[in-house]
Amino acid sequence: MEPIIRVENISKTFQANNGQVEAVKNISFSIEKGDIFGIIGLSGAGKSTLVRCLNLLEKQSEGNIYIDGKNLMKLSSKELRKQRQDIGMIFQHFNLLMQRNVVDNICFPLEIAGVGRKQAKKRALELLETVGLTEKARAYPAQLSGGQKQRVAIARVLANNPKILLCDEATSALDPQTTKSILNLLKEINQKYGITIVVITHEMAVVREICSKVAVLDHGRLVEEGTVEALFGAPKTEEAKQLILNTYA
Amino acid sequence: MFDETIRNMLIDGTWATLYMTLVSSLFGYVVGLPLGIILAITDKEGIKPNAVIYKILDFVVNLTRSIPFLILLIMVMPLTKAIVGQSYGSTATIVPLTIAAAPFIGRMVESSLKEVDKGVIEAAQSMGAGTFTIIYKVLLGEARTSLLVGVTIAVGTILGYSAMSGVVGGGGLGDIAVRYGYYRYETDIMFVTIIILVVLVQILQGIGMMLSKKLDRRRA
Ligand SMILES: Nc1ncnc2c1ncn2[C@@H]1O[C@H](COP(=O)(O)OP(=O)(O)O)[C@@H](O)[C@H]1O
Ligand SMILES: [Mg+2]
Repeated sequence: MEPIIRVENISKTFQANNGQVEAVKNISFSIEKGDIFGIIGLSGAGKSTLVRCLNLLEKQSEGNIYIDGKNLMKLSSKELRKQRQDIGMIFQHFNLLMQRNVVDNICFPLEIAGVGRKQAKKRALELLETVGLTEKARAYPAQLSGGQKQRVAIARVLANNPKILLCDEATSALDPQTTKSILNLLKEINQKYGITIVVITHEMAVVREICSKVAVLDHGRLVEEGTVEALFGAPKTEEAKQLILNTYA
Repeated sequence: MFDETIRNMLIDGTWATLYMTLVSSLFGYVVGLPLGIILAITDKEGIKPNAVIYKILDFVVNLTRSIPFLILLIMVMPLTKAIVGQSYGSTATIVPLTIAAAPFIGRMVESSLKEVDKGVIEAAQSMGAGTFTIIYKVLLGEARTSLLVGVTIAVGTILGYSAMSGVVGGGGLGDIAVRYGYYRYETDIMFVTIIILVVLVQILQGIGMMLSKKLDRRRA
């Protein structure tokens, strides 16, 4: 079966003021439908760059990315915008619209997709129930805690029924307790809707908690890939060993 | 305190000043808002980077802004005459006021829009939002309080400029102040026009700040 995400030899080089930065170096991997796939690595390893290539927020310098067999580079800008509605993304700093209340934040992607106001509102309220925040419908993001904000962001990302959910350090700004509850919510979403989830993190505990497979990034290279048990049980590469040791030291 | 004619003149002058200020602000935004949006999105860090467009507009804005208003006023007189039919009076003054206001408004709009969190823009892009949606719903929507503060500053500045145009017969309170205070030494009339100007600025600022506070949801 065609994997839902197939990354083929992608590289990304940034032109910085002081020369070039090779953030991602010739990376290939696949993610099967329904998996929760972790990408771990130290800060600066190239995780965010890699994940931003998956919805073309960043254009890779080389290589190809296939989503559901479709080559992202071959899409017109209109097709790309449509495709992005199938690939949700949540962020470390939530990135909610600060001038809109919770319901209107969740309506935003529906507005983009051209859903009518009434229907969008109805859907938003359903989603709020899914993430357990019904009583905050009229609140503004500034009035919410970090965990609540991330719940709103998750409700928002589910609005257009994505097939893939990209999480870039989605729990890194949260305390351990809240992290756990958000991870549980993600697990639930994965099981209930069959959404494939890509989890980017520098926290090993997060990967252990929810991922089935994991890839280790180090200085822009993918150094090891496998099941979570295999990686944490018997890491093959020095980089993976270091990463696991350092975080538990 | 003053006789009827003077009182009427002051009242008419106040209306003329308000008329010039508000119409010029409106025209200033008709040009300045799109200008500011284009500056913000074509910048290196913007959503549609375009170095050529940015540099050209940036240059034009800087150029216009470096011309002192009084000189601009005299410089554009032929144009004013061509548009309005005369180069003095309040309606005529709207032309140089708009020309002076637009680039400065464009700059303020640009800086307001650049304050919008990059992460929120990125979130919108990840949802498949196009450029127009991002401008309308994210940039303008999220920057609305800052834009309103900008409107308040713009209107206050244009009011000041409109008074300056009194030196060359621009109409309104500035005109009265120059005619009575400078040419006739009737400083009491000049003094009253100054008080009215100060009060106008205070009222406009008060309304603007109140509205922007009321519309701001960023605080709990
Ligand atoms: N827009 C950019 N311009 C220049 N360099 C960048 C840019 N984005 C990321 N980088 C560089 O690429 C490398 C990888 O960054 P990133 O993908 O954010 O890592 P991570 O998410 O793993 O912390 C870093 O060295 C970073 O400085
Ligand atoms: Mg990162």
